[in-house]
Formats: sequence, structure tokens, C-alpha cells
Amino acid sequence: MEKKIKVLIAKPGLDGHDRGAKVVSRALRDAGMEVIYTGIRQTPEQIVATAIQEDVDSIGLSCLSGAHNKLFPKVVNLLREKGAGDVLVFGGGIIPDEDIQGLKDAGIAEIFLPGASTETTIAFIKEHVK
Amino acid sequence: MEDLVDGLLSGKVRSLAKAITVVENDRPGKRELLTRIYPKTGNAYLLGITGPPGAGKSTLTDKVIASLRRQGKTVGVIAVDPSSPFSGGAILGDRIRMQQHALDEGVFIRSMATRSHLGGLAKNTVDVIHLLDAAGKDVIIVETVGVGQDEVDIVRIAQTTVVVMVPGLGDSVQIAKAGVMEIADVFAINKADRDGADKLYSEIRAMLDMVKGTIKPEVFRTVAVDDVGIEELVQGIFAHGARVEASGLIEKKRAQKAESELRAYIVDNIMERSTGLAVYDEVVKRVAAKEITPMDGVEALFAGLGMTNKES
Repeated sequence: MEKKIKVLIAKPGLDGHDRGAKVVSRALRDAGMEVIYTGIRQTPEQIVATAIQEDVDSIGLSCLSGAHNKLFPKVVNLLREKGAGDVLVFGGGIIPDEDIQGLKDAGIAEIFLPGASTETTIAFIKEHVK
Repeated sequence: MEDLVDGLLSGKVRSLAKAITVVENDRPGKRELLTRIYPKTGNAYLLGITGPPGAGKSTLTDKVIASLRRQGKTVGVIAVDPSSPFSGGAILGDRIRMQQHALDEGVFIRSMATRSHLGGLAKNTVDVIHLLDAAGKDVIIVETVGVGQDEVDIVRIAQTTVVVMVPGLGDSVQIAKAGVMEIADVFAINKADRDGADKLYSEIRAMLDMVKGTIKPEVFRTVAVDDVGIEELVQGIFAHGARVEASGLIEKKRAQKAESELRAYIVDNIMERSTGLAVYDEVVKRVAAKEITPMDGVEALFAGLGMTNKES
């Protein structure tokens, strides 16, 4: 049997705009992935604990509040602390161009901006999940 | 594998999670893993929660977890959601209702997709239960997919099965139908603050009046979002467990459960071995070409496995 890719789609922080997260979840589902969606307003700690229990291959973080520079790296650091640094973390949302390199340096594998096609995200996950 | 087993038995979350992945995906090492932990199983209380989509199973599960935690019990949860019959993908959303427990080390929640397995559970649910059991969880809750009328596998696994009902889904004929309505050990009428709850309550009671047998299901009213009726429900669940224990039915249930596990593996094994035979493709072709019937095809495959024809 082909290995199922398991992805956690999570919304850290306080904004409640989850249309994007839901659209991505649905697209990944249609690409044959198993997607765990945990709803809005999750702390990085909750996201990491969930990712570890669910043993996901990848985490997609969506943030539209502007707090991505704090929250995304926090998730990556917590994963590393818990020995789960191998989980592929990507992000999306309203992210200014000048923040992208910093986030990548912090261990976020890729950032998908508004307008990115879901195919791009799917292809990225399939290519990078071991 | 050794590390995984030791980690799991000593309560390491990541080992348990990794072990579940091995078991869920039938990865190499699964059999060894289960063989190692099997002697450590059999201590957990297995609770099934089932009912139609949108009845509030996840919200109710969330509140039941909270109640069990107040009693100091550790809890494992398996939340099953359906896989897409088209893409094979799934959105596993039961956890949304349970995220208040995400940081509680006494609670381990795992989502499973059905992967086109019928019956309301995912294919390897029982083996995942064994892992949670060996990891020392006091109570294991299995939340089935939203069920219609005939997905009743949970009853062969759980010590107590709660069927969650909501007002407004149908008339008394629905209640009288066979299937899901028959498997309840305990009924929870959720969203009991809505119109029709009293009618549903009396219809279920009327249905139960006609049930033969010594252990009749109790009916509880809950409003899970408001945390109403949960303590009573949890008491009712364990009261059922105690009645089953006292009545001696527990042995029958255990045997039933063991047999259903065994049967699932018989089916799987025969399927895997038959489809792995070199002649398999040839047999498929001959059936497709109408040269032989599917029944003859099975006999041809069984002959390939060294099993003799039952009619000869």
C-alpha cells in the first residue's frame, strides 16, 4: 500500500480567519492525504503536542494576524525540543516578503503566500516528506 | 523495535505515537510489536461512542474525557473519521472539539481514517486499542465515524457502547429498526434542550420496554456543549460495566471480542496470501473472460495455497 501522508493544519495565534486553512485542508484531502485540522486559536504547545500524538509527517501553519515571526519559529523549536525536528513545517497567510527569509532560517521549510495554487503546496509536501 | 516497545510501556508519548503508525500502516515489525505488548493488555476499560453524524459525539467525548480526568483516570482516545472513496484522503476533524486536553499528559488522542474499511471503525482500530491499553491508559474511548444504521462493529469491541441520539432525525419507525439502535448499552440523548427531546426519550423507552434480557440500557439526557448531564452519563457507563461484570456476561463478551479479532485476521491473511499468488492475475483474467466463475477462481487460489477443495 502506498504510504499515506499525514498533515496537521493548524492555526496558531488569535485570528479567527480559517477559510484559507480549510481550503488547503480540503485540497490536501483531495490529493489523497490524511489531514488533521485542529481549529482556530491554538498555542504552539498545543500544535506540537497534537503533531506528536498524531505522528504527522508535516505541519501547515496558517496565520493572518501578523504574529508569524513569533509563532512559526516557536513551533519549530518546540518540535526540535521534543525530538520531532524531522517534521516538515510550512506556513501560509499574510506574510510580508521581507519576513520570508527569516522564517526559512528559523526552520520553516516554505511559505505560501496568497495566490499560491494548492497544487504548488501539494507538490511541495509530496516532494519533501520522507 | 525494542526501543519502541520499552518507550511505549514506560509511557513515552512519542514511542506510543510511532508504534501506532507502525500498526495502523501494517508496517514491518507490526507482528513483533503486538506480540511483545499483548501480555500487557486487558486492563483498560473500553468505551465506544457512536451515533449519526452531527449528533455531538466529539463534543460528548471531550466532556467525558474531562469527567474521567477529574476522577484521576488516564484516557486514550481513538477518533475515527471517514476516508474519501475517491481520493483516499481524509479530513480528521474530531480533535477540534477536544483540544482543551492537548497539553494534558494523562490524555492521548489519535485520529484514524477509515481507509474504506466498513463497519464504522478504521481497519486496525483494535490493534491501536491494544497499544493504548499496554501504555497504561485506564479508559480507552473509541469514537466511531458518524454512523447510519448498520455500522455496528464497535459493539464487538467495547465493554460499554454509548449510542448518541439527537431529536429530529426520524419517527418511531426509525427507532424500531434493527442495527445501531440495538447495540446501545447506554443511550445519550444529546442536544436535549431542543424540541423533540422528550418525544425521543419516550420513544426510546417504549422501544426498550420490548427488549428481552436482564440488562436494559439506561437512557440519559445530555447537552454536551453546556456540560449538562455528563456526570450522570459517566456514572451510567460504569454502572453498565459493573452489571455486565456481575452477570457473568463479561466472559461471553471477551470471547466474542477475541473471535471477532481472529476473524478479521483470517480474512486479511487469506486475502493477502491469495492475492500474492503468482497465478492470481491469471485467475482474475479467466473470471473476467467468463471461463470460470468467481467461486471456481477461489478454489483455484486455495489450491495454490495448498488448501484442498471443501467439496472434494
